[in-house]
Amino acid sequence: MEPISIEGTAKTPSVQFSSKEGIIEIKGRSIPENSVEFYKPLVDWLEQYKASPLDKTKVNIQLEYFNTSSSKCILDVFKKLEAIHKGKNEVEIYWYYEEDDEDMLEAGEDYESIIRVPFKMIEIAD
Amino acid sequence: MSFNIQDYYSELNEGEVLLAYKGSISSDLINNVLDTVESKLQDFNEHSKVRKKVYNVLVESLQNLYHHIDDLPKNYEEEFDERFGILVVSKETGRYRISTGNFIKNTHIAKLEEKIKKINTLSKDDLKEMYKYILNHQKLSEKGGGGLGLVDIARKTGNKLDYRFQVFNKEYNFFILSVYISD
Repeated sequence: MEPISIEGTAKTPSVQFSSKEGIIEIKGRSIPENSVEFYKPLVDWLEQYKASPLDKTKVNIQLEYFNTSSSKCILDVFKKLEAIHKGKNEVEIYWYYEEDDEDMLEAGEDYESIIRVPFKMIEIAD
Repeated sequence: MSFNIQDYYSELNEGEVLLAYKGSISSDLINNVLDTVESKLQDFNEHSKVRKKVYNVLVESLQNLYHHIDDLPKNYEEEFDERFGILVVSKETGRYRISTGNFIKNTHIAKLEEKIKKINTLSKDDLKEMYKYILNHQKLSEKGGGGLGLVDIARKTGNKLDYRFQVFNKEYNFFILSVYISD
Protein backbone atom coordinates (compact mmCIF):
# COMPACT_ATOMS: atom_id res chain seq x y z
CA MET A 1 0.00 0.00 0.00
CA GLU A 2 1.18 3.49 -0.85
CA PRO A 3 1.72 5.61 2.25
CA ILE A 4 -0.14 8.90 2.64
CA SER A 5 1.92 11.98 3.34
CA ILE A 6 0.17 15.35 3.36
CA GLU A 7 1.59 18.65 4.55
CA GLY A 8 -0.50 20.76 6.87
CA THR A 9 -2.16 24.04 5.87
CA ALA A 10 -3.87 26.80 7.87
CA LYS A 11 -7.11 24.80 7.73
CA THR A 12 -6.07 21.18 7.29
CA PRO A 13 -3.75 18.93 9.30
CA SER A 14 -0.56 17.18 8.29
CA VAL A 15 -1.13 13.47 7.72
CA GLN A 16 1.28 10.52 7.75
CA PHE A 17 -0.18 7.05 7.18
CA SER A 18 2.27 4.18 6.74
CA SER A 19 1.15 0.56 6.37
CA LYS A 20 4.78 -0.58 6.49
CA GLU A 21 5.37 0.94 9.91
CA GLY A 22 1.81 0.70 11.18
CA ILE A 23 1.74 4.40 11.95
CA ILE A 24 -1.26 6.68 11.58
CA GLU A 25 -0.62 10.33 12.36
CA ILE A 26 -2.83 13.45 12.13
CA LYS A 27 -1.41 16.72 13.44
CA GLY A 28 -2.18 20.42 13.40
CA ARG A 29 -5.40 22.22 12.56
CA SER A 30 -8.49 20.65 11.10
CA ILE A 31 -10.99 23.41 10.42
CA PRO A 32 -12.07 23.16 6.74
CA GLU A 33 -15.66 24.19 5.91
CA ASN A 34 -16.19 20.82 4.31
CA SER A 35 -14.10 18.17 5.96
CA VAL A 36 -15.48 15.17 4.06
CA GLU A 37 -13.47 16.10 1.00
CA PHE A 38 -10.27 16.04 3.07
CA TYR A 39 -10.97 12.93 5.14
CA LYS A 40 -12.55 10.62 2.56
CA PRO A 41 -9.20 9.44 1.11
CA LEU A 42 -7.93 8.81 4.65
CA VAL A 43 -10.95 6.72 5.58
CA ASP A 44 -10.68 4.82 2.27
CA TRP A 45 -6.99 4.14 2.93
CA LEU A 46 -7.83 2.69 6.35
CA GLU A 47 -10.55 0.51 4.83
CA GLN A 48 -7.86 -0.99 2.59
CA TYR A 49 -5.33 -1.25 5.43
CA LYS A 50 -7.94 -3.14 7.46
CA ALA A 51 -7.61 -6.10 5.06
CA SER A 52 -4.01 -6.78 6.16
CA PRO A 53 -2.95 -4.57 9.05
CA LEU A 54 0.28 -4.96 11.03
CA ASP A 55 0.02 -6.78 14.36
CA LYS A 56 0.38 -3.41 16.00
CA THR A 57 -0.86 -0.03 14.77
CA LYS A 58 0.10 3.14 16.57
CA VAL A 59 -2.14 6.17 16.12
CA ASN A 60 -1.01 9.69 17.02
CA ILE A 61 -3.61 12.44 17.02
CA GLN A 62 -2.21 15.83 17.91
CA LEU A 63 -4.65 18.56 17.00
CA GLU A 64 -4.38 22.20 17.90
CA TYR A 65 -7.90 23.01 16.70
CA PHE A 66 -10.63 21.03 15.04
CA ASN A 67 -14.12 22.09 14.01
CA THR A 68 -17.36 20.16 14.42
CA SER A 69 -17.36 19.26 10.72
CA SER A 70 -14.01 17.49 11.25
CA SER A 71 -15.17 15.86 14.47
CA LYS A 72 -17.49 13.52 12.54
CA CYS A 73 -14.75 12.62 10.06
CA ILE A 74 -12.30 11.92 12.87
CA LEU A 75 -14.92 9.60 14.34
CA ASP A 76 -15.06 7.80 10.97
CA VAL A 77 -11.27 7.37 11.13
CA PHE A 78 -11.57 5.93 14.63
CA LYS A 79 -14.39 3.58 13.57
CA LYS A 80 -12.08 2.06 10.95
CA LEU A 81 -9.41 1.64 13.61
CA GLU A 82 -11.96 0.05 15.91
CA ALA A 83 -12.73 -2.52 13.20
CA ILE A 84 -9.01 -3.34 12.96
CA HIS A 85 -8.84 -3.70 16.73
CA LYS A 86 -11.90 -5.98 16.68
CA GLY A 87 -10.06 -8.16 14.17
CA LYS A 88 -7.61 -9.04 16.95
CA ASN A 89 -4.88 -6.67 15.86
CA GLU A 90 -3.41 -4.31 18.39
CA VAL A 91 -4.36 -0.65 17.98
CA GLU A 92 -3.37 2.08 20.36
CA ILE A 93 -4.57 5.67 20.06
CA TYR A 94 -2.43 8.42 21.53
CA TRP A 95 -4.42 11.63 21.95
CA TYR A 96 -2.24 14.68 22.57
CA TYR A 97 -3.43 17.91 24.18
CA GLU A 98 -1.68 20.98 25.49
CA GLU A 99 -1.61 21.19 29.25
CA ASP A 100 -4.15 24.01 29.65
CA ASP A 101 -6.44 22.80 26.88
CA GLU A 102 -9.24 21.09 28.79
CA ASP A 103 -11.53 21.25 25.76
CA MET A 104 -9.09 19.14 23.73
CA LEU A 105 -8.71 16.63 26.56
CA GLU A 106 -12.50 16.40 26.85
CA ALA A 107 -12.80 15.90 23.11
CA GLY A 108 -10.41 12.96 23.40
CA GLU A 109 -12.46 11.54 26.26
CA ASP A 110 -15.63 11.85 24.17
CA TYR A 111 -14.06 9.66 21.48
CA GLU A 112 -12.68 7.27 24.06
CA SER A 113 -16.21 6.71 25.40
CA ILE A 114 -17.61 6.00 21.91
CA ILE A 115 -14.81 3.92 20.38
CA ARG A 116 -13.75 0.56 21.80
CA VAL A 117 -10.01 1.01 21.36
CA PRO A 118 -7.51 1.80 24.13
CA PHE A 119 -6.74 5.54 24.32
CA LYS A 120 -3.78 7.16 25.99
CA MET A 121 -4.10 10.86 26.81
CA ILE A 122 -0.77 12.62 26.51
CA GLU A 123 -0.33 16.08 27.96
CA ILE A 124 2.15 18.32 26.16
CA ALA A 125 3.83 20.93 28.35
CA ASP A 126 3.59 24.46 26.94
CA MET B 1 -41.21 49.02 10.26
CA SER B 2 -38.52 46.59 9.28
CA PHE B 3 -35.40 45.98 11.28
CA ASN B 4 -32.52 48.30 10.31
CA ILE B 5 -29.42 46.18 9.88
CA GLN B 6 -27.10 49.15 9.44
CA ASP B 7 -28.21 50.73 12.73
CA TYR B 8 -27.78 47.48 14.54
CA TYR B 9 -24.33 46.97 13.01
CA SER B 10 -23.29 50.43 14.23
CA GLU B 11 -24.62 49.61 17.67
CA LEU B 12 -22.49 46.45 17.80
CA ASN B 13 -19.42 48.45 16.88
CA GLU B 14 -19.24 50.10 20.26
CA GLY B 15 -16.64 49.02 22.80
CA GLU B 16 -13.28 47.48 21.97
CA VAL B 17 -13.84 45.93 18.56
CA LEU B 18 -11.31 43.39 17.29
CA LEU B 19 -13.05 42.97 14.00
CA ALA B 20 -16.27 44.04 12.31
CA TYR B 21 -17.46 42.90 8.92
CA LYS B 22 -20.60 43.03 6.84
CA GLY B 23 -20.87 41.47 3.43
CA SER B 24 -20.52 38.16 1.70
CA ILE B 25 -19.51 35.23 3.92
CA SER B 26 -17.09 33.16 1.82
CA SER B 27 -14.42 30.63 2.61
CA ASP B 28 -11.71 33.24 1.93
CA LEU B 29 -13.40 35.72 4.22
CA ILE B 30 -13.38 33.12 6.99
CA ASN B 31 -9.63 32.61 6.49
CA ASN B 32 -8.99 36.34 6.70
CA VAL B 33 -11.12 36.79 9.81
CA LEU B 34 -9.44 33.89 11.59
CA ASP B 35 -5.96 35.24 10.77
CA THR B 36 -6.84 38.74 11.92
CA VAL B 37 -8.47 37.72 15.18
CA GLU B 38 -5.74 35.22 15.98
CA SER B 39 -3.01 37.83 15.62
CA LYS B 40 -5.00 40.38 17.65
CA LEU B 41 -5.44 37.90 20.47
CA GLN B 42 -1.71 37.37 20.42
CA ASP B 43 -1.14 41.13 20.56
CA PHE B 44 -3.38 41.25 23.65
CA ASN B 45 -1.11 38.67 25.28
CA GLU B 46 -4.28 36.79 26.06
CA HIS B 47 -3.87 33.58 28.05
CA SER B 48 -3.65 30.61 25.69
CA LYS B 49 -6.70 28.97 27.24
CA VAL B 50 -8.91 31.98 26.45
CA ARG B 51 -7.23 32.49 23.09
CA LYS B 52 -8.03 28.92 22.07
CA LYS B 53 -11.63 29.16 23.22
CA VAL B 54 -12.23 32.41 21.34
CA TYR B 55 -10.64 30.93 18.23
CA ASN B 56 -12.63 27.69 18.45
CA VAL B 57 -15.92 29.45 19.03
CA LEU B 58 -15.18 31.90 16.23
CA VAL B 59 -14.53 29.02 13.80
CA GLU B 60 -17.89 27.45 14.68
CA SER B 61 -19.78 30.76 14.56
CA LEU B 62 -18.38 31.61 11.13
CA GLN B 63 -18.90 28.17 9.70
CA ASN B 64 -22.44 28.06 11.07
CA LEU B 65 -23.06 31.29 9.18
CA TYR B 66 -21.37 29.90 6.09
CA HIS B 67 -23.45 26.71 6.08
CA HIS B 68 -26.83 28.18 6.97
CA ILE B 69 -27.19 31.51 5.19
CA ASP B 70 -30.50 31.72 3.32
CA ASP B 71 -30.84 33.41 -0.08
CA LEU B 72 -31.34 37.17 0.03
CA PRO B 73 -34.87 38.55 0.28
CA LYS B 74 -36.29 39.38 -3.15
CA ASN B 75 -35.55 42.89 -4.47
CA TYR B 76 -32.70 43.39 -1.99
CA GLU B 77 -29.99 42.03 -4.29
CA GLU B 78 -28.76 45.60 -4.94
CA GLU B 79 -28.60 46.58 -1.33
CA PHE B 80 -26.88 43.47 0.04
CA ASP B 81 -24.06 41.24 -1.18
CA GLU B 82 -24.82 37.64 -2.01
CA ARG B 83 -24.52 35.39 1.06
CA PHE B 84 -24.79 38.46 3.24
CA GLY B 85 -23.91 38.27 6.89
CA ILE B 86 -22.49 40.42 9.65
CA LEU B 87 -19.84 39.62 12.19
CA VAL B 88 -18.48 41.60 15.13
CA VAL B 89 -15.86 40.35 17.56
CA SER B 90 -15.36 42.60 20.56
CA LYS B 91 -13.86 42.61 24.01
CA GLU B 92 -16.04 43.74 26.87
CA THR B 93 -15.26 43.79 30.57
CA GLY B 94 -14.39 40.26 31.56
CA ARG B 95 -15.49 38.64 28.33
CA TYR B 96 -15.24 38.38 24.56
CA ARG B 97 -18.34 38.70 22.47
CA ILE B 98 -18.87 37.20 19.03
CA SER B 99 -22.01 38.39 17.26
CA THR B 100 -23.20 37.15 13.91
CA GLY B 101 -26.25 38.10 11.88
CA ASN B 102 -27.91 36.68 8.80
CA PHE B 103 -31.20 36.63 6.91
CA ILE B 104 -33.43 33.73 7.69
CA LYS B 105 -36.63 32.70 5.95
CA ASN B 106 -39.56 32.80 8.34
CA THR B 107 -40.25 29.16 7.58
CA HIS B 108 -36.84 28.22 9.03
CA ILE B 109 -37.22 30.07 12.32
CA ALA B 110 -39.21 27.58 14.36
CA LYS B 111 -36.70 24.75 13.97
CA LEU B 112 -33.72 26.92 14.82
CA GLU B 113 -35.41 28.57 17.78
CA GLU B 114 -36.48 25.21 19.16
CA LYS B 115 -32.89 23.99 18.95
CA ILE B 116 -31.46 27.08 20.69
CA LYS B 117 -34.11 26.98 23.42
CA LYS B 118 -33.34 23.33 24.05
CA ILE B 119 -29.59 23.98 24.22
CA ASN B 120 -30.13 26.85 26.64
CA THR B 121 -31.92 24.58 29.11
CA LEU B 122 -29.11 22.02 29.21
CA SER B 123 -26.40 21.63 31.85
CA LYS B 124 -22.75 21.08 30.98
CA ASP B 125 -23.16 17.30 31.32
CA ASP B 126 -26.36 17.30 29.25
CA LEU B 127 -24.56 19.25 26.51
CA LYS B 128 -21.77 16.69 26.54
CA GLU B 129 -24.28 13.87 26.11
CA MET B 130 -26.12 15.74 23.35
CA TYR B 131 -22.84 16.43 21.56
CA LYS B 132 -21.82 12.78 21.73
CA TYR B 133 -25.22 11.61 20.58
CA ILE B 134 -25.24 13.87 17.51
CA LEU B 135 -21.61 13.04 16.77
CA ASN B 136 -22.33 9.34 16.77
CA HIS B 137 -25.76 9.30 15.12
CA GLN B 138 -26.13 12.08 12.57
CA LYS B 139 -24.62 12.16 9.11
CA LEU B 140 -22.84 15.22 7.76
CA SER B 141 -24.89 17.28 5.35
CA GLU B 142 -23.68 17.74 1.79
CA LYS B 143 -22.26 21.13 2.74
CA GLY B 144 -20.32 19.55 5.57
CA GLY B 145 -22.40 20.86 8.46
CA GLY B 146 -23.12 18.38 11.16
CA GLY B 147 -25.68 20.04 13.43
CA LEU B 148 -23.06 20.23 16.16
CA GLY B 149 -21.97 23.86 15.91
CA LEU B 150 -24.37 25.46 18.40
CA VAL B 151 -24.03 22.60 20.88
CA ASP B 152 -20.25 22.89 20.68
CA ILE B 153 -20.38 26.66 21.20
CA ALA B 154 -22.64 26.33 24.25
CA ARG B 155 -20.44 23.59 25.64
CA LYS B 156 -17.15 25.40 25.15
CA THR B 157 -18.33 28.79 26.39
CA GLY B 158 -20.43 27.51 29.28
CA ASN B 159 -22.76 30.45 28.57
CA LYS B 160 -26.29 30.66 27.22
CA LEU B 161 -26.78 31.50 23.54
CA ASP B 162 -28.10 35.04 23.27
CA TYR B 163 -30.32 35.37 20.19
CA ARG B 164 -33.02 37.40 18.54
CA PHE B 165 -35.11 37.24 15.44
CA GLN B 166 -35.87 40.70 14.03
CA VAL B 167 -38.66 41.05 11.48
CA PHE B 168 -37.21 42.24 8.16
CA ASN B 169 -40.14 41.83 5.79
CA LYS B 170 -43.09 39.52 5.23
CA GLU B 171 -40.91 36.57 4.35
CA TYR B 172 -37.69 37.18 6.23
CA ASN B 173 -36.26 37.83 9.65
CA PHE B 174 -32.73 38.85 10.52
CA PHE B 175 -31.26 36.40 12.98
CA ILE B 176 -28.69 37.66 15.45
CA LEU B 177 -26.67 35.37 17.66
CA SER B 178 -24.25 36.58 20.32
CA VAL B 179 -21.96 34.24 22.18
CA TYR B 180 -19.80 35.17 25.14
CA ILE B 181 -16.47 33.75 26.20
CA SER B 182 -15.51 34.66 29.75
CA ASP B 183 -11.85 35.53 30.15
